[in-house]
Amino acid sequence: MKRLSAFNVVSLTLGFAFLYIPILILVIYSFNESRLVTVWAGFSTKWYGEMLSNQGFMDAAWVTLQVAVLSSTLATILGTMAAYVLIRAGRFWGRTLFSGMIYAPLVMPEVITGLSLLLLFIGIGLERGVITVVLAHVTFSMCFVSVVVSSRLMSFDRSLEEAAQDLGASPFDTFRLVTLPIIAPAVISGWLLAFTLSLDDLVIASFTSGPSATTLPMKIWSSVRLGVSPEINALSTVLIGLVTIGVICASLASKHESLRRRNGEP
Amino acid sequence: MKRFILIGVPYLWLLALFFVPFLIVFKVSLSDYALSIPPYTPQMKDGLAEMFAAFDFENYVFLTTDDLYWKAYLSSLKIAVISTLLTLAVGYPIAYAMGRAPDAWRATLMTLVILPFWTSFLIRVYAWMGILAKEGFLNQFLLWLGVIGEPLTLLNTNTAVYIGIVYTYLPFMILPIYASLDRMDGSLLEAAEDLGCSRLAAFWLITWPLSRPGVIAGCFLVFIPALGEFVIPSILGGSDTLMIGKVLFEEFFSNRDWPVASTVAVILLLILIIPIVLFQRNQQKQVEAGQ
Repeated sequence: MKRLSAFNVVSLTLGFAFLYIPILILVIYSFNESRLVTVWAGFSTKWYGEMLSNQGFMDAAWVTLQVAVLSSTLATILGTMAAYVLIRAGRFWGRTLFSGMIYAPLVMPEVITGLSLLLLFIGIGLERGVITVVLAHVTFSMCFVSVVVSSRLMSFDRSLEEAAQDLGASPFDTFRLVTLPIIAPAVISGWLLAFTLSLDDLVIASFTSGPSATTLPMKIWSSVRLGVSPEINALSTVLIGLVTIGVICASLASKHESLRRRNGEP
Repeated sequence: MKRFILIGVPYLWLLALFFVPFLIVFKVSLSDYALSIPPYTPQMKDGLAEMFAAFDFENYVFLTTDDLYWKAYLSSLKIAVISTLLTLAVGYPIAYAMGRAPDAWRATLMTLVILPFWTSFLIRVYAWMGILAKEGFLNQFLLWLGVIGEPLTLLNTNTAVYIGIVYTYLPFMILPIYASLDRMDGSLLEAAEDLGCSRLAAFWLITWPLSRPGVIAGCFLVFIPALGEFVIPSILGGSDTLMIGKVLFEEFFSNRDWPVASTVAVILLLILIIPIVLFQRNQQKQVEAGQ
């Protein structure tokens, strides 16, 4: 087994300290008694109570959850189709434009995407609300899904698909019985990615949502602009906790999966 | 037929909700400001011929005459370039160390890098507000160490914006670099050292060139979104932090001048076209190399 040199140990330690200490401080101060976030005045969970009784936060959380479930599911379907087209469909008219439209949203500044979608919705007279936010979220998150799924499609053994087709399976059956089970882990992580992207989005939602649909990031934003508040720290801690549990479960599941596969090999 | 549906559905979706909206932004940027909803004229219902006759580049001329805009573009470029280089300087050693770590650790290290990326962007930027404030954690810590005599002003300065960008975009830099280092054949380095190459020379002649596709991808993934960044300069930056994403947002929501906001967006897009095309080339090359 090779050992890490001192330089590598130092850069890993400093790097992870930089990534995690700010989050840790945020979590610690959510249990602070004082309203001042910078002065420690004893342990208390009262900000969690305040957060739960804040109707505005709860309503926004519900809207956000609806948007996230709807948009990530649609984005997963469209993104998987797009990945399949990119990797397997070969040449077709406008392929360059298609792959451009897949990669560009990954890096497009959110203000541009948000502004352009808003002008579209106003142009076609669509009333702004949950539906418009969902449409906007599907559009950018399907691209992330298709990148995740296409890397999986690229790495797997195509002869499996060919064998199925030689044995008389239709292209659709081949996809359902052979391709889909193999790319399933990527499809699931694509869904999770789309889900968190949607939960997280502030800028595009601010442009595309109407007064009836305030999402949680928009609610947090309007309160953060006024300064640091322990209630936001409590809310953040809850969200960080949920994400951490989710990511740990997902990585344990994939570890389990790869161990199983390794043991199954002859 | 099935092939047609398979290609057509995602294609039409992106065409309608990604491509067409840009054309509308361009159209509105040629329009004039009006005190109605939507606040611009002429509109499609006025008739196509009249609409085209009323289009002009007035907003573009306006942008060149007002200092605010070109200063905002230049300062966004400066902030994006400096923070991309800083992110590379912070991220490369981490990715390098991950690549040299024992195999058993790698999956855990990967999860640890990705975990903050899954956590809300807004919350991660917000976390720095409490740290960088005058009576915040960092100042208290430095005072306690005795490094500084009085608290530094960090929040609401460009320094805070740099810290915010490096912090939030770090996983985007680490992951592609790590991916390219992970693929590298370790025996190349051993061969170089056997042949009398010093460690530093081996790094410079072998590791660095092999990690370059990852470095390029990482730099684009940080630079392009950082250029249009809105959240970070708005809450960590000061009133004198000029960034074009912030200008666009305020032009749209506070001044309600949609044509000028659209013009700002079109020019930002023109600036970004070159890096976006280069980024796609780089991705395409890696896709082809993988196939």
